[in-house]
Amino acid sequence: MSTWHDYVQRSGKLPEWPYPLDYGKVNEVVADVLVIGGGVAGMQAAISAARTGVKVAVLERGHAKRSGAGGAGVDHWHGAVTNPCSGVTPLMYTEACYESMKGWTGGHVRYIITRESWDTLLDCEKMGVQIRDVRDEFKGADFRDDETKLMFAYDYKSRHVIRVWGYNIKVKVYEEARRIGVNIYNRMMPTRLLTEGGKQGGRVIGATAVDTRTGEFYIFRSRATVICTGGAGRLYDFAPEVTASSSMGNLNSSGAGEAIGWDAGAEFVCMEGSGPARLAGYAYAPYSMANAHNTYHGTPIVDADGKEVPWVDGFNRPIKTVQERFQPSEGQDFMLGEGIGISRYLEQYRNNLLASDLPERIRRGEFKLPLYADFTRLSEAERRCIWGMMVGNEGKTRIAIYDTMSRAGFDPDKDLFQAPVTAPQGYDHPNFWSTGVNTPPSIRMGGGGGFLVDWNLRTNLEGLYIGAGGNLFGGGCHGESHTTGRYAGRHAAEYAKTAPEPVPDRIQIEAEKARAYNATRQSKDGNGWKEINAAIARIMRDYCGEYKNEQTLNLGLRLLNELKTTELESAYASNPHELGRLLECHSIITVGELIMKTALERKASNSILGFKRLDYPETDPPDWNKLLPIRQEDNKVKVRELPLDFHLKAPYAPDYEENYRKYGGV
Amino acid sequence: MSEKAYMIPNPPTPNKAVEFNPDICIGCNLCVDVCPTDVMMPNPEKKQPPIVVYPEECWYCGGCVEECPRPGAITMLHPTQQRISMNWKRKDTGELFRLGMKNPPPPDTRPPSG
Repeated sequence: MSTWHDYVQRSGKLPEWPYPLDYGKVNEVVADVLVIGGGVAGMQAAISAARTGVKVAVLERGHAKRSGAGGAGVDHWHGAVTNPCSGVTPLMYTEACYESMKGWTGGHVRYIITRESWDTLLDCEKMGVQIRDVRDEFKGADFRDDETKLMFAYDYKSRHVIRVWGYNIKVKVYEEARRIGVNIYNRMMPTRLLTEGGKQGGRVIGATAVDTRTGEFYIFRSRATVICTGGAGRLYDFAPEVTASSSMGNLNSSGAGEAIGWDAGAEFVCMEGSGPARLAGYAYAPYSMANAHNTYHGTPIVDADGKEVPWVDGFNRPIKTVQERFQPSEGQDFMLGEGIGISRYLEQYRNNLLASDLPERIRRGEFKLPLYADFTRLSEAERRCIWGMMVGNEGKTRIAIYDTMSRAGFDPDKDLFQAPVTAPQGYDHPNFWSTGVNTPPSIRMGGGGGFLVDWNLRTNLEGLYIGAGGNLFGGGCHGESHTTGRYAGRHAAEYAKTAPEPVPDRIQIEAEKARAYNATRQSKDGNGWKEINAAIARIMRDYCGEYKNEQTLNLGLRLLNELKTTELESAYASNPHELGRLLECHSIITVGELIMKTALERKASNSILGFKRLDYPETDPPDWNKLLPIRQEDNKVKVRELPLDFHLKAPYAPDYEENYRKYGGV
Repeated sequence: MSEKAYMIPNPPTPNKAVEFNPDICIGCNLCVDVCPTDVMMPNPEKKQPPIVVYPEECWYCGGCVEECPRPGAITMLHPTQQRISMNWKRKDTGELFRLGMKNPPPPDTRPPSG
């Protein structure tokens, strides 16, 4: 007795919608700072804003206690370079990221992250997150500092990535936000940013949203707004029946923040960048199978006969011992670590990895499939740390992997954990469970583009700030989201203290209300949201896939508009849940349009952005070595040019630390 | 004599995502409250387990299980395509195991670190 099918057949009747239904009922919320997106970044933004004494409201798509990509946990925290054991400085780390990306990442955002990452983690510790081995379980291990009891990942010499027991981190930041009086509105689908005079490009003064349980309409009025949403995970690929269980972003990922930002006139960069969609979901439950990557870094991989796969260092030189897998090699100051939102690494910062010619050696018969993880070859401390500490606290591992596998009888002291069986090229990356080789090549994922922000993490729009990882140019993953959220919240609050009273434009609100409820007024046999979403993904794959030209992009834009004005216009929502998903389809289309319009502007191919123009095949011509910030004004695309190192040019100082001191607000 | 049959859409894929034990579940709906994607809805009958309405929207974070005040009332079920993939082999005997097998080995009772 669990499923709808069981209930219907047992009772012979359809269960009625369980929540009070009141489409269009208007609720108004007034706050100094509105945070859109209540994931880890949004909670940190709300907390840091509320601590300055301002009134804060959070608008969240799910329920903020456990929602968001970071809501499922975290096991290691990147860029904590100011921790007392670190051998890396904020400047070293920022330049390593910036140089690895040849300048195609927001250096100022990276610097802010590394400057405050450790402080943000200490904040989390005060909220109740365990960040030290307080029970001395790993005393004496070479990844542990016995004085501070901190434990480190990847690079045991440089000690800037901290292992944390973060399975409950979201619950802890949520409880802190509640404790200090943040007002959280759950189940809200944001539909539009409100701007002064209803004008695109005007000061941002709040947002509208629909409650996806009751159908009620919400008007949020705020002096400052922080967008902390994720990316549009359903843009290129829509097959949740197959992919949802393998994905690291949940189905709510519709790029709603980017969509409302674009519509309001906010500026974006590098949205044309994309890469192969390793995490699109055509793979296995995250961390559910043998691999040697991030959480599992250092895990011995053996073949079907028990022969161990060798490791190489960042320069592709053989590594002999297990200990060396966790040490920088000759010519390396430090290793950056994996999962920080950059797509390429210079050799001097690259991680130690499984032998890069493993696919060829499998083809030759040197290693026999299937491969296994053999934890028994590790020291007890390392084995327990990977299986028990890392697996057990990383996102989607406490219940989904550790508890499930332990109950099923898996014992890391005795058992070999099987890796996926794929074509040999599937083993070219040590993250086997995400098996990029199984993802159709036309499915792309974002390449690090997002909102363009200044040293305050403010957009070009007055009153609009950005936190989070996936939608911020220069952002990263879990820890980076906490840190940018915390910084953006603080700056939004500072602005809100002197900002004028937000007076929304009633015409803008009425127009939005009419648009938002369109799907409830259509014929009951209209299209459903899944049908629409699948069509959006088809258009993106076909017309804006790995290869593009002016014709395909223009045709793609035409078809997105066709879809919007035909099948989506007449789509029907039978309840607020479906209405929310259909509104997400609008967001997803908007993000698709933003990407295609951006792609049209870059008339050159670019190797760092993974950007391939068939009509401009020359790759990385020097003339195009520049950012192309894009925004809308009067619904027309406006593009300008910006040097990659704009964050160190006037009006900013030429030095990272000087800018941080001037703008950091600490 | 056959049981009554209904015109009913195909069972969704995955079928369940989570499963309730009605003997333990008290129908408090705390899992419903926190599910990020609204996979479940409250049962129209009070104190009965929630109904899994949108299993294909589950991303298997396990938050519902962590939230549950009654251990064993709710179990997260990986889709069969994942269960069939989670395999292991006992190193010294060569025995093969998989998640969801009929006669599983005894559980490993060691709790996670921390």
